[in-house]
Amino acid sequence: MSLAAFRTETRAWLQDNCPPLMRTPAPADETVWGGRNPTWKHPEQKLWMDRMAARGWTLPTFPKQYGGGGLSLEQAEILGEEMRALGCRAPLQGMGQTMLAPVLLEYGTEAQKQEHLPQIIRGEIRWCQGYSEPGAGSDLAGLQSRAVLQGDHFLVNGHKIWTSNAHYADKIFCLVRTDPTAKKHEGISFLLIDMAQPGVRARPIRLISGASVFCETFIENVQVPRENLLGELNKGWTIAKRLLEHERKSIGGIGDRAGGLANTPAWELAKLHAGEQDGRIADPALRQDIAAYAIDAAAFQLTRKRAADEAQAGRPPGPMSAMFKYYGTELNKRRYEMVLAAEGVQGVGWEGDDFSADELRWTREWLRSKANTIEGGTSEVQLNIIAKRVLGLPD
Amino acid sequence: MALVLSEDAQLVRDQALDFFREKSPILALRKLRDSADPTGFSRELWREMADLGWTGFLVSEDAGGSGFGMVGLGQVLEAAGRTLAASPLISTALIGASALDIAGTPAQKSAYLTSLLSGDTITALASEEGSHHNPAAVAATARPSADGWVLDGRKTFVLDGHVATLLIVSARTAAGITLFLVPAATQGVTITRRLMADSRNAALVTLANVHLPAGALLGTDGGGTALLDRLLDRARVGLAAEMLGSACEAFDRTVQYLKDRKQFGVPIGSFQALKHRAAVLFAEIEVTRSAVLAALTALDEGAADAAALASLAKAKANATLNLASSEGVQMHGGIGMTDEHEIGFFLKRSRVAEITFGSTGFHRDRYAALNGY
Ligand SMILES: Cc1cc2nc3c(=O)[nH]c(=O)nc-3n(C[C@H](O)[C@H](O)[C@H](O)COP(=O)(O)OP(=O)(O)OC[C@H]3O[C@@H](n4cnc5c(N)ncnc54)[C@H](O)[C@@H]3O)c2cc1C
Repeated sequence: MSLAAFRTETRAWLQDNCPPLMRTPAPADETVWGGRNPTWKHPEQKLWMDRMAARGWTLPTFPKQYGGGGLSLEQAEILGEEMRALGCRAPLQGMGQTMLAPVLLEYGTEAQKQEHLPQIIRGEIRWCQGYSEPGAGSDLAGLQSRAVLQGDHFLVNGHKIWTSNAHYADKIFCLVRTDPTAKKHEGISFLLIDMAQPGVRARPIRLISGASVFCETFIENVQVPRENLLGELNKGWTIAKRLLEHERKSIGGIGDRAGGLANTPAWELAKLHAGEQDGRIADPALRQDIAAYAIDAAAFQLTRKRAADEAQAGRPPGPMSAMFKYYGTELNKRRYEMVLAAEGVQGVGWEGDDFSADELRWTREWLRSKANTIEGGTSEVQLNIIAKRVLGLPD
Repeated sequence: MALVLSEDAQLVRDQALDFFREKSPILALRKLRDSADPTGFSRELWREMADLGWTGFLVSEDAGGSGFGMVGLGQVLEAAGRTLAASPLISTALIGASALDIAGTPAQKSAYLTSLLSGDTITALASEEGSHHNPAAVAATARPSADGWVLDGRKTFVLDGHVATLLIVSARTAAGITLFLVPAATQGVTITRRLMADSRNAALVTLANVHLPAGALLGTDGGGTALLDRLLDRARVGLAAEMLGSACEAFDRTVQYLKDRKQFGVPIGSFQALKHRAAVLFAEIEVTRSAVLAALTALDEGAADAAALASLAKAKANATLNLASSEGVQMHGGIGMTDEHEIGFFLKRSRVAEITFGSTGFHRDRYAALNGY
């Protein structure tokens, strides 16, 4: 099928199948995560997820044999464009899709792919990420959780922290130390662990935004079947790093996602709250700040486009992708700072009827945005990586 | 709009990089400066550039150019920026060629375009009147006379003014801002060279009772604002491309110095304070490159958002070259403060280029206005 025909057909299908409510911006608490015990605010959420999953379009470029959409990159781009044009919500989100699925496809055995990929694509299993530990954050390879191979299973004991959504997740992909005598990067393995068993416990931690999106996760004397080892024994670090690349890509792209805020730019809020004069933001200092942010944001979007265009033209990947996570997350923080600056008093409300639901939500989202430059490798760690890998500066 | 260079544009880029590296290294600018060269650039080299076709990139084929476009000229300018090469590329190959190609009458084209293409005619845009870029603030006047126009006024920052043979002057008529082609030798025109920190050409131009024939009008009476906007947007983006080249070069030299220079027994590039600042600069240069390429492409395609992208590119290039040149000097330590070392040339060029065709603040404000706020 030609790309033009694909576009026509896709547009028609989306028109027919995307419920009207799913064409409105999704508030943060209406993200669809799937899993064994999903929560639905509206039946349309499930309908939309199921319809998209049936076509494999929750992971459009994944092979059909594992339930994916089997689309080419160009087709997937068209699907994305058509979904944006119609204002479609993401039918399903989560670490299973964005992080685990790509490394499963790359490193998994046939049996592992057959088992896990369809469950991720259909939204049946919700995954969380067991990387960080109290003593191992930026220095991730210093992790101490242990797994000992005992015949056909591993015996796992460990303590993970900052595990996002562990209290809702069904399974956790975990980095564990399997050879304590090897050098620190060489004794790590990558395990897939079902959380529905005694010995796995997730304790929510309250954030500055008041919400609890991450947990401390305890794993005590848990038996994990040997076939849940992804990749080779003691070779987990390579997979861990590859997964981080996928994670950074998705966090770096955080600004493009159509959240509620994306549709209300800071300049509109500034006109509303700081006044309008001759069609412009009345406060010239605020106007300059917002424009400075908007220019950087636009230049960053153009950089993502340039990288994609170069890849499509078959050019070797340039070094620029190394800065995506750093730049994208710093921008997202600035975006919320601009919203706050634009709203004035209305931007720092905490609760009560004298603030709109959006205003209250943005206060929390502003706080949440601070994590963007910490999670998935801090900005400082990203700058270390650029200095070393791209610029070749000495240790 | 795909943000990739065509193979033709890549060839031009490679050719231009070789050309400037070989024939016009920073040493050439130093010599022009130290010998108080009256021209301020090498005429011989300019003729070579004309022979390479660079003066015709913005001139359509039927007028004798190649119509290769802004993306192509941007590659040449970026390469020129790497070695801080002084030349009339912007005043003439960009602004003068565009002005004649877009708005010139057949008579004007035949009078000036052929000699512009060959490198003989140098043009200069005389629009600024104050110390800040403001194409709308025009006090210069043009009154109709029996057989044409009479111009009076004072222009403050005319790039390549003292070597130009043809000035493009903005003046106010009853109908509004209007552009005129004024041969530099016309009676009543006084041109005084100004010496700038970057050792590049600029001049003060006064017009006192300057009589011009009717055929000196460029474009339409009162149509100067729109035409100037078009010319300036090209100039802004072209200059942004040049500034990108300068930022890249200052950055490459600085990173190399971080690897070479040792203190406390180790390369200074092993200090994290410097590493992080270098990495931030790397990121800023990458996004600036995207902004410049998008703006060049938008101008060639006549895209609706070309003006906004022009302001975006100039604002970004300003900020990035400012940072790259400042950090360049700081990270070189004492040697960076010496005239003998070349890194200081980037700092001086940066500040002049930043205020040329609009400061960062000007373009942020314009970007906001163009986006409805
Ligand atoms: C909202 C949120 C969600 C998260 N979700 C998950 C999850 O689902 N799963 C998971 O495993 N982890 C998760 N994390 C953890 C995250 O990956 C870590 O917080 C992060 O890697 C930093 O580790 P740390 O918190 O121990 O900070 P530290 O490593 O102690 O860092 C503290 C400060 O020191 C700086 N620093 C550290 N090392 C260096 C260095 N070499 N050079 C310069 N500066 C340095 C850091 O940049 C930072 O500013 C999440 C974190 C947040 C905030």
